[in-house]
Amino acid sequence: MTDQEQRVPAPRPIFEARGLTKVYQMGEVRVDALRGVDLDLQAGELVVLLGPSGSGKSTLLNILGGLDTPTSGTVRYGDHDLTVNDDAAMTHYRREHVGFVFQFYNLIPSLTARENVALVTEISDNPMTPEEALALVGLAQRMDHFPSQMSGGEQQRVAIARAVAKRPQVLLCDEPTGALDAQTGVMVLDVIARVNRELGTTTVVITHNAVIAAMADRVVYFGDGRVVRIECNAHKKAAAELQW
Amino acid sequence: MAYEALAIALVVMCGVGTYVMFLSTLEALRATQDAYYREYRFADVFVSLKRAPESLRQRILDIPAVDRVETRVVAQIRLEMPEFAEPVTALMVSLSDSEPHGLNGLHLREGRLPVPGRADEVVVSTPFAQAHELHPGDHFHAILNGRRQALTLVGTALSPEFIQQLRPGSAFPDSKRYGVMWMGRRALGQAYDLDGAFNDLALSLRPGADAQDVIDRADELITPYGGLGAYARKDQRSHRFFSQELEQLGTLASLFPSMFMGVAAFLLNVVIGRLVAMQREQIATLKAFGYSNAAVLGHYLKLVAVIAGCGIVSGIALGVWLGQLLSGIYMEFYYFPWLKFSLQPMTVVEATIASLLAAGAGTVLAVWRAAKLQPAQAMRPEPPPHYRESRVEKLGLKRWLSQPTRMIIRHIQRKAFKSALTVLGIALACGIILTGLFQRDTVGYMLHIQYGMSQREDLSVTFTDPTAYRARFDLLGLPGIEHVEVFRTVPVRLRHGHLDYRTAIRGVEPGGDIQRLLDADLRPVDLPADGILLTDFLGKILDVRVGDRIVVEVLEGNRPLREASVAGLVKEYLGVSAYMDLAALNRFVHEGPTISGAWLGVDSAYLQPLFSQFKDMPRVAGVAERRQEIRNFNRMMDETMLFFTYVATVFAVIIAFGVVYNSARIALTERGRELASLRVLGFTRAEIGYILLGELGILTLIAIPLGLWLGEWMCYYIAHTMQNDLFRVPVVLVPQTYAFAATVVLISAAISGLAVRRRLDRLDLIAVLKTAE
Ligand SMILES: Nc1ncnc2c1ncn2[C@@H]1O[C@H](COP(=O)(O)OP(=O)(O)OP(=O)(O)O)[C@@H](O)[C@H]1O
Ligand SMILES: [Mg+2]
Repeated sequence: MTDQEQRVPAPRPIFEARGLTKVYQMGEVRVDALRGVDLDLQAGELVVLLGPSGSGKSTLLNILGGLDTPTSGTVRYGDHDLTVNDDAAMTHYRREHVGFVFQFYNLIPSLTARENVALVTEISDNPMTPEEALALVGLAQRMDHFPSQMSGGEQQRVAIARAVAKRPQVLLCDEPTGALDAQTGVMVLDVIARVNRELGTTTVVITHNAVIAAMADRVVYFGDGRVVRIECNAHKKAAAELQW
Repeated sequence: MAYEALAIALVVMCGVGTYVMFLSTLEALRATQDAYYREYRFADVFVSLKRAPESLRQRILDIPAVDRVETRVVAQIRLEMPEFAEPVTALMVSLSDSEPHGLNGLHLREGRLPVPGRADEVVVSTPFAQAHELHPGDHFHAILNGRRQALTLVGTALSPEFIQQLRPGSAFPDSKRYGVMWMGRRALGQAYDLDGAFNDLALSLRPGADAQDVIDRADELITPYGGLGAYARKDQRSHRFFSQELEQLGTLASLFPSMFMGVAAFLLNVVIGRLVAMQREQIATLKAFGYSNAAVLGHYLKLVAVIAGCGIVSGIALGVWLGQLLSGIYMEFYYFPWLKFSLQPMTVVEATIASLLAAGAGTVLAVWRAAKLQPAQAMRPEPPPHYRESRVEKLGLKRWLSQPTRMIIRHIQRKAFKSALTVLGIALACGIILTGLFQRDTVGYMLHIQYGMSQREDLSVTFTDPTAYRARFDLLGLPGIEHVEVFRTVPVRLRHGHLDYRTAIRGVEPGGDIQRLLDADLRPVDLPADGILLTDFLGKILDVRVGDRIVVEVLEGNRPLREASVAGLVKEYLGVSAYMDLAALNRFVHEGPTISGAWLGVDSAYLQPLFSQFKDMPRVAGVAERRQEIRNFNRMMDETMLFFTYVATVFAVIIAFGVVYNSARIALTERGRELASLRVLGFTRAEIGYILLGELGILTLIAIPLGLWLGEWMCYYIAHTMQNDLFRVPVVLVPQTYAFAATVVLISAAISGLAVRRRLDRLDLIAVLKTAE
């Protein structure tokens, strides 16, 4: 990697966070969720965020995803300044650029798998068809099922299809396997890795499961609201090779 | 929860408010009427006759069950009021010179009673005196039995016999042009050559007496003296009209409050249902600790009792206030010396029980579902909802529907019953507005039919006595009179089987252009050469159909008893009459060509000169101007209708707001998670606003046509209960009225929707990502 850097000027990172802090003030109690985070993310890389509970991973991810704003510091996505507290601009940013996957899927119960995906493709500029997106996550057969008719893993794959169908530049996953058993989790991770590989989507995955770190380009270790260290994987593993 | 509770309390308040308003008014008017009748000795039986000697009094008094008899002189007179050129008529009634506490006693408002024997002193009915700003000491002239006489007003008064003062043949009060006045018995008798005689009787009966029996015996006694038929209190004009008014009030008192209570029960069911769903775990915990279902239910019932209690207390206050306003309106058209307005404890108790029952019913159902769960089961969150494709989509519309629209439709379908109730609630609001407005449209229509198509004269003239037909030509000779149609009016009692009705038969000239009779389709009816035409409402009263034969008891002259066949029914919204061909009527009562009055087409430039010419014609008993009737009609309608329009509209807005706001709030708690998830996906506030409020929008759009239909139906019901001798109300609704009702509902729905939509801005996007459903 260092060889590469010497040959061509380093590409400008897609995300650039400097001195990010986030303070929650609840009456007398002050919680420092982030205490000065500096982090760059490169276009197309797959990053895994690891760290103990309460260390600020979700807080960071939410700021990167335009769901929350930092208390201080700067964070930039391309030309977008993500520190401004402008609801319309943030909504636009999420809609155009970000795909989210959450621990609890957050599917719309009254819509089928296909329709949950269509929800997003209807409002995007250059989306896949819902069918393509669902085929990508291996659910071509279950397109007309409602969430209540599907297992957790299947629902999470629908959520991934929904997140990637608009071909976002960024895919942010907060504990995507948190509610799933190992086998199903691997299947879900495999889909995420494939999207990252085939669509070139910059992907951030939060997990508590250190095993998962093996599939990342880089692993960011979090602790107490700070980035503790960053490791690069020379050889990242395929999801199918992971075991826990 | 605070706003939901407020909305429910407001709806309960409307229900209690309308109930208390109608009932307290009804009670106040009834109590006032009772006390007034009792304290001022309102008579039980009334008799008019041509002339009878005073000695007849004792024979009437000898009829068993008759308690008191008062002989009187009653005359229709013309007045000349200073500074008022138009024709004015009055009913002059004699006052006993010897008995200050006679029947139909006067409630003196100002001044004193006439000194016995003084022929120039009169007491004048208070509304008439007020209309002319007369006070004791003022003077005016009257034509008494053809002689012009100066009168001095010595007092103003009210009488239980005239709580309503309508000129005969008119449906609306006009205190400026018609009044009642009283003069000493001897003086009035002398003026009418009735010294030692009388032409009117008032009787009171002993408790428990059979009025019909007294009437039959009295009729027998008075027939030789030109008796016009005795009649009981229930047929006395003033009493009859007022009683019909009270009956209508009673019907409204049951209709509106029950609708409000229904809506309140529904709202409570929805809100408490949601509250219970959110507190499933607490309920389960309580039950796990050994609380009984009853205890859990009791907890919610207490909460509901507080909400309903606020509504009840404010409703009672509102109802008392509105009741006073409404009674005040009645006091404008019915004359009472005082109003006994008091809130009956029973009314409060009834309203409270009804509200608590409605609220309780709404709550018990909602709580019961949760309470019957086993604790362990209740500890778990509610099972995820199961959705299906909606029927609309299966029809093939699906590909045209966006995902958010599908969400809306499927949600409505899954909660079909609740959605239906929401629709019903909004529809009721819409309907209530129509009921508040329709009378106004109807009045315009009635005026058009009655005065534009049927009674088209400029002036009507009535003579003091039946007059030879050639009077018609005298009238035609007056300047400015362009057209004359004459009529004969004969007082009769019509009988069909056991049903009977006192009215007058009008003999009219065939082919008349001023006065036209209309059939049910409002086409002019040709007068049959013989046979009788009845106002359609009279047909109902007597239960007759075309072709039936009825008995006609003529109440004047030598009182022949005849039969006639019903040749047809005519559409009339005002009054109750019967019609015959003029010549046929003359033959029918065995008289030559005789007339009682005429309808005139007049060049309006000559109106004032004509008025003064009529003043110099002693045989002219009265002159009425059609334009003035229309004004009186409008005045009465304006004052009463406006009140109902305001009340109905305000209450409808409260219902619409209550239903829509509550539904939207509940939709927000039920679907907040979904909506927040969509916001995370990049949906704008407007887009999720559409999902939240689109459902209510659709329900409102369904509810409006339904509400307009429902409203029409309620209008028909109200119109049906408003039928009386004075007028029948057709249901006429103009497009603007529908538009107004729809607009008010739409706007209230929009405002309450927007109030909830503002909460969408505060949705916590992050919180929903941390928790499972
Ligand atoms: N809305 C909030 N109000 C107050 N404190 C909050 C809020 N959200 C997060 N925090 C606090 O900020 C800190 C960081 O939370 P965050 O959710 O980022 O942790 P995390 O690393 O994602 O933990 P986990 O692995 O358990 O999800 C925690 O101490 C948490 O209590
Ligand atoms: Mg987290």
